[in-house]
Amino acid sequence: MSSALLYAIAGVLLFAAGAAGVVMLDHLLRRVLAFNIMGSGACLVLVGLAQRSGIPDPVPQAMVLTGIVVAVAATGLALALIRRLHAQTGRVDGKGEEGRDKGETVAGLTLPVPQAVAGQGRDD
Amino acid sequence: MSAAFAFDLLLVTLLLLAALRALTTPRLGQSLLAFVVFGLLMALAWVRLDAPDIALAEAAVGAGLSGVLLFDAWRALCGEPADEAPTAERMR
Amino acid sequence: MKRLAVLTAAAAFAALLIGALLDLPAATLDLRPLLAEAMPVSGVAHPVTAVLLNTRGYDTLLEIAVLLVALLGVVVASARADVTGDPGRTLAPPVATSADPMVSALARLVTPLAVIFAIYVLWAGAHRPGGAFQAAAILAAALVLLHFARIVPACAAPSRGLRIAAVAGFAIFLAIAALPLAGGALLQYPPAAAGLLILAIESGLTVSLALVLAGLFLLLADDPGGRR
Repeated sequence: MSSALLYAIAGVLLFAAGAAGVVMLDHLLRRVLAFNIMGSGACLVLVGLAQRSGIPDPVPQAMVLTGIVVAVAATGLALALIRRLHAQTGRVDGKGEEGRDKGETVAGLTLPVPQAVAGQGRDD
Repeated sequence: MSAAFAFDLLLVTLLLLAALRALTTPRLGQSLLAFVVFGLLMALAWVRLDAPDIALAEAAVGAGLSGVLLFDAWRALCGEPADEAPTAERMR
Repeated sequence: MKRLAVLTAAAAFAALLIGALLDLPAATLDLRPLLAEAMPVSGVAHPVTAVLLNTRGYDTLLEIAVLLVALLGVVVASARADVTGDPGRTLAPPVATSADPMVSALARLVTPLAVIFAIYVLWAGAHRPGGAFQAAAILAAALVLLHFARIVPACAAPSRGLRIAAVAGFAIFLAIAALPLAGGALLQYPPAAAGLLILAIESGLTVSLALVLAGLFLLLADDPGGRR
């Protein structure tokens, strides 16, 4: 087994661990971490698999180089959205259903929508 | 088994450990720190994969910039009021 | 119960994929000889730079567009009611609290070196590992360090000049990519001028990428004492 293949296998394990983390973790910052680990795993598979014969391959290397920069941009965007969510609802976990009631009363911004819908219903 | 392959095996183990620690540690600060360590280990892995370009970008962007982004977001989210040297206090 | 299911699924996925990797046949299409053939007309001597800016320039062009969209998303998501009416105003007076003297001294010492190193890395990209991305990452790190030294303030929205500079790299790249459209295809540089054109693109990209990457942080950064 070449060492490049070893890194590709590690990439698969990292991807699987990251994917499980994205699904299981509640805190949104941890999900961003898990998402980043998934991305790193995918990059390792791309480069490791292409170089399993032992010869460096510049094409996947260039793709991964752009991928890393895009990953940090995606992280920045995700963090901006999380901070916005926190500022408006006070929540930092991804519990959509259970946390909803609490979120809406705190938010104040999401409240007017159901009221407006209800109002229209009465008018009809 | 050559020394180089043994090093690869060690590096891969450390990578997986750092990733697992980043995902499972109960304290968020430690898990962010583990993630920065993971980024630096990734940079080493890229060197071992004959990809110095990616290693340079990963060390600067993956470990440095996203670490700073994450720690800043952590401070903003898990918010004690920001004062001087807030991270040192909370790192314990 | 859900945890067990997810963990089992992840483990099964990893096992299957590793099994597939281990008995994958050799690739039928190898791009390395093709790239080696194209190197003399690519204008640079480093294969990764040649792939990034010549043979697969399309990916890089679109990547810069993605980064700009991400920056736009951050600008929109981090906009706050108290500052949205006044774009370009910096949030909080720059010197709210004085910086740690060590950080201040370090920033003043490191920044000029970082600029020189970034220019070197950019220049070296033509014939050895390096290039616009790495140079931009170094510059962005220097900007973040300057922010910690309270020299560069966090900004609520980029000023007009900064916005133009952030888009300039993409605009230069697009213009140079469209130049050969008259006689050929998009991004098909004339081999004689390719080296110069790539250097022009990379210089623009370095400045813009550094601003975008640092902007991701500076737009979000909490200035102690400034906000709240």
